[in-house]
Amino acid sequence: MTALDATPAAAREPGQHVAAVLTRWGTNPLNLVQVLREVQEGCGWLPPEALAEISERLGLTLAAARGVAGFYSFLHTEPVGAYRVLFSDNITDRMQGSEALLEGFCKDLWIEPGKLSEDGLVSVERTSCTGLCDQGPGLLVNGIAIPRIDRERLATIRELILGQTPLGEWPAELFRIEDNIRRRDVLLGALAHPGEAVRAALERGAAGEREMAANERSWREGIPQESIGPEAVLREIERSGLRGRGGAGFTTAAKWSACRAAPASPRYVVCNADEGEPGTFKDRVLLSRHPDLVFDGMTVAAYCIGAQQGLVYLRGEYRYLLEPLEVLLEERRRAGLLGRNVLGRRGFDFDIGIHVGAGSYVCGEESALLESLEGKRGIPRNRPPFPVTHGYRGLPTVVNNVETLCAAALVALRGGEWYRSIGTARSSGTKLLSVAGDCVRPGIYEYPFGVTVRQVLADCGARNTLAVQVSGPSGHCTDASEFDRRIAFEDLPTAGAFTVFDDRRDMFEVARNYIEFFAHESCGFCTPCRVGTSMLRGIMNKIHRGRGSLHELDEMARLNPVLQMSAHCGLGHTACNTVLDTLKRFRPAYERRLQALRFAPDFDLDAALAAARRATGREDAGAYLEKPE
Amino acid sequence: MNTRQTFLLDGEEVPFEPGQTVLQAALAAGRYIPHLCYHPEFKPHGSCKVCTARVGGRMMAACTTPVRAGIEVQSNTEELNGLRRTLVQMLFAEGNHFCPSCEASGNCVLQALGYDLGVLTAGFRHMFPVRPVDASHKDILLDFNRCVLCELCVRASSEVDGKGVFALSGRGITKHLVVNSPSGELADTDIALEDKAMQVCPVGAILKKRVGFAVPIGERRFDKRPISAQASEDAPRPSANGASANLPGARHQDGASS
Repeated sequence: MTALDATPAAAREPGQHVAAVLTRWGTNPLNLVQVLREVQEGCGWLPPEALAEISERLGLTLAAARGVAGFYSFLHTEPVGAYRVLFSDNITDRMQGSEALLEGFCKDLWIEPGKLSEDGLVSVERTSCTGLCDQGPGLLVNGIAIPRIDRERLATIRELILGQTPLGEWPAELFRIEDNIRRRDVLLGALAHPGEAVRAALERGAAGEREMAANERSWREGIPQESIGPEAVLREIERSGLRGRGGAGFTTAAKWSACRAAPASPRYVVCNADEGEPGTFKDRVLLSRHPDLVFDGMTVAAYCIGAQQGLVYLRGEYRYLLEPLEVLLEERRRAGLLGRNVLGRRGFDFDIGIHVGAGSYVCGEESALLESLEGKRGIPRNRPPFPVTHGYRGLPTVVNNVETLCAAALVALRGGEWYRSIGTARSSGTKLLSVAGDCVRPGIYEYPFGVTVRQVLADCGARNTLAVQVSGPSGHCTDASEFDRRIAFEDLPTAGAFTVFDDRRDMFEVARNYIEFFAHESCGFCTPCRVGTSMLRGIMNKIHRGRGSLHELDEMARLNPVLQMSAHCGLGHTACNTVLDTLKRFRPAYERRLQALRFAPDFDLDAALAAARRATGREDAGAYLEKPE
Repeated sequence: MNTRQTFLLDGEEVPFEPGQTVLQAALAAGRYIPHLCYHPEFKPHGSCKVCTARVGGRMMAACTTPVRAGIEVQSNTEELNGLRRTLVQMLFAEGNHFCPSCEASGNCVLQALGYDLGVLTAGFRHMFPVRPVDASHKDILLDFNRCVLCELCVRASSEVDGKGVFALSGRGITKHLVVNSPSGELADTDIALEDKAMQVCPVGAILKKRVGFAVPIGERRFDKRPISAQASEDAPRPSANGASANLPGARHQDGASS
């Protein structure tokens, strides 16, 4: 069953859906998130009887299953519209007019955002960035992405909804997503055949030594001395200086070596394809255009660390990629690139499965991702212990970003020295940038590390640039004085987002959108992030409503260090970066909104009297405390 | 084998046993570090962050950070107490906490922390969330307005009682406690008054009915001495299996039973 076949109207009883899904996933509670997601694809939501049956079959309490379902944005324990339309709400979507489009769409459908239509047909809401910034505004209909939204396309969508056309019968053109690759370097230009990197990895090490490596004990039981082949590949990875592309920049070889040295087994390779940072979409393109390179990278990693199982955690917004990826995995199994004795190497057994996320940014944090893979609420774990020793199911696990795995495959193919020669001294190789915002040519740009912000701006056709947000809301806001800074771990590290704002933009609104994002995505585990991001949102909205004062700026100055000092994970630590950065560089954008020096109450007495005015039918000046404008 | 391992807490040598976290070692030595979601009988999980300290220069939750020999820990500093004060204020602003009318007053860890840290006002705009009260059970009241999401009841019910009566749902600021019954009401769960889950709530969210004022306000645990002064009396006396009988951080029995 594909996502498009999942018609909104539940054709079968929830019980039948549950039975069918459990046939595929079994009753291991580790797969709870996948079971919930698939049952919902059948039923449209998670009715109580389905939840009750799932929890019973999986041996969980009903409350625990409800708790997991309640964590993820895309899982619903209350009825939702047969068609659920989610407008992407990244700042780039807003800059492309998403708010007006959403308003018009709701008006035409006679519904309010966030409320189910009376006939239960349709609901419209906002969602975090869908990764379509280069072809936005984007939206999701029942979880499937639609790019390039405009009035015309929305009119088509409205007719299809009102005509209750099953999603599978909607014109394919609506769902067509462009790759928009604008600049290729060694990675995007790689013409590797499927499995070539794996073959190259197996060839490494002297012939006699390879025979030793073929001894399955060597990687199954963690006896690294004997397995020269994997060691040889690891050495190449080490020589390459490859660092993680997900943002933190941890040395890949160190991660793999630590996992390889961990005594427990089995071990796991996890591909982090939960690309949730607003403004980034490079993994979407890699998984669409170069999926074999991703799987090659996972297989090379498995060879190095001695893993038998790989898992891809694909963000829910990329649900439409699941079927093509599953087909490819099946092809790779047939080609001997997965399964028992990969490429004929005795004892090298490795296969890959795909888990799809369900709408949670924090699950991109590696330990939260592991929790989600284990069917739980996506809460970042306490560390130590680290995933390399205690990862998926508490066993040694390497978690790598999609792009890191692609780069590792290249290194296996062409060697560490070669890779090391690209980029800067401390940042080897290339980086994919997801360029979006105010520029003529948004899309994917691959550069050797060390490229300046200015160069990227010139290449993408950006003019009158006011600011560039590097690495998304949790990254760095740079202004014109910093455009000679370089994209590199030692200067401007990035997970890939490169969002351009020209001089028409209001950087306060940018920061407000980002704070809204963090408040929405906070997992709620720790006090500083749960309460702090929500308070920051309240303060930014108060300033936006024109009721701010210096008091609000002081309040934010109190909250920011609390988040930075005491939050549980990177989401909380970085949530206030956007406010700090924009306050430092674009303070007038805040100050011009401030209404009073000391304090202005958010409570609006006149607004509170609106009901009384309606009841008495009065609209004269005497019915207001202050003169209406 | 008599070489005692020690670490430095605010400049003073404090002994520890291998496997302890900073907070556990401090409490065992009768040294108080403010904390809320930690309970000696459960594995620390570090969500409230009130125990945040500088461990080897880094900000860490003292309850989850393993202690190491010779490591320097700063806890009783103005910077850290200021941070804790703000965190407690944030918790007050997040829920609906009206101490004068709360029957947990005097036994409440949040309130005691507030007094101890010098919290005079919430300091932030109150969120005034709309939260229900579950009075369905004949003997137990669940007042979600006062829940600080420490998860102690969740942990107690699943790990000790083996019932899983409580769980968390939602996320971010909408995170909330749920109970395990199809109706979502406490009366339809298998909770019992003797359950561990009934004894661990640090605030007034889980209350035994009809005994709220058996001990008058003014004569309760934290009415007598500040929470920080009680750390040494709560210090777990090591028993044969290393477990402790005392429950610092928990609401004591004087208000909840008798």
